[in-house]
Amino acid sequence: MDRYSFSLTTFAPNGKLLQIEHALAAVGNGSTSVGIKAANGVVIATEKKTGSSLIDISSLEHMAMICDSIGMVYSGMGPDFRVLVSSARKMAQAYWKTYMEDPPVRILVKELASIMQEFTQSGGVRPFGVSLLLAGVDERGPNLYQVDPSGSYFPWKAAAIGKNMVNSKTFLEKRYNSDMELEDAVHTSILTLKEGIEGQMTEDSIDIGIISTAPAAQEAGAKPVFKRLTAAEIKDYLSNIA
Amino acid sequence: MSIMQFNGSAIVAMVGKDCVAIAADKRLGQRALTVSTDFQKVFPITERTYIGLAGLATDVKTLHDRFRMRVNLYKHREERTIEPKTFAHLVSHMLYERRFGPYFVEPVIAGLDKNNRPFVCNMDLIGCINYTDDFVVAGTADNNLFGMCESLWEPDLGPEELFETISQSLLNAVDRDAMSGWGAVVHIITPDGIIERELKGRMD
Repeated sequence: MDRYSFSLTTFAPNGKLLQIEHALAAVGNGSTSVGIKAANGVVIATEKKTGSSLIDISSLEHMAMICDSIGMVYSGMGPDFRVLVSSARKMAQAYWKTYMEDPPVRILVKELASIMQEFTQSGGVRPFGVSLLLAGVDERGPNLYQVDPSGSYFPWKAAAIGKNMVNSKTFLEKRYNSDMELEDAVHTSILTLKEGIEGQMTEDSIDIGIISTAPAAQEAGAKPVFKRLTAAEIKDYLSNIA
Repeated sequence: MSIMQFNGSAIVAMVGKDCVAIAADKRLGQRALTVSTDFQKVFPITERTYIGLAGLATDVKTLHDRFRMRVNLYKHREERTIEPKTFAHLVSHMLYERRFGPYFVEPVIAGLDKNNRPFVCNMDLIGCINYTDDFVVAGTADNNLFGMCESLWEPDLGPEELFETISQSLLNAVDRDAMSGWGAVVHIITPDGIIERELKGRMD
């Protein structure tokens, strides 16, 4: 054990907080997640990995709706993600209770990031072993944010976190353009995951969430709502790709 | 006598065509004794949202300070100006937080939203909001104000017509109320800016 790892609030002489580096390593071990901001919405997608073929993969949920207008996905440690999901949902509801509006994505991201920061400085706790991607639509349009264990956050046009982060980012840099539509973005996100996936990609082995600025199938004036794609919908996308 | 009637007040807000108006009297009393004739009851919250607070004067001042704090924090945190409707919900939330020991005020909110649509509402002392598309009233002269507004107000009044309507409604209402009056102030909120005018009233 490194001598500077005994307490989280201790800097190593080189200026680093080692526990945060370790948390990022935990994220790097986690399954890949990608997010793409399109002209008319945002998509987030992740690979669902299991240790055993006996696990019922179709009922694993790696993605969560925070409020109508915001969804969230992670790479890293599942249990830590659930803690953050419940605080994020609580914050969104508190915001609604005060203003009768969904929080702007940036506001929710800031509050979530401040919780994650707190866990790098408080006693008796460890940082969260997850990086998050948040997809949402607000007054300013579509938004895609990444939040790291340190509490830093970044607005992205397209982002990747987890095991295949480096390759996926390179792939996204080649494929991304800013006037891409949501449908194309979903395809691109699947292709990005496919690059790094081990074994067969099926409708059960990935999770996709979308939110569109112009909800097509709904009446005028309807608000954008985050939605996890069903296995059948994902199957359609997959058959179009092959 | 209710504490809501202790200091005396009369506040009214009206919807016009692409504009809203809010007006209040200026009296501050203690029961029948007039203490001041220059008491502010309508406050700017943003450049185009105003709030009028009728009721107990000490709570009027305290709440105005608290609203200013919350709106400034909102502005810094969210890097945008609060919309009238959002502000109304904030006010409602802050009042209901004191459900069992309320601030003794009846707020009236008037403003234009980001699309220049008029917004007017009032609420009771624990924050139950009443939205409307014509006019709202509050204070010790509220019954008189209702009567005046019912007879004078009509839809789609322009800024100057709205000024005349709200001014006559308020002045004639407070003339029949001993607890309010002694001059008034009127704010007309238009997309081009605020028109603020002081009215003289009967002093007997």
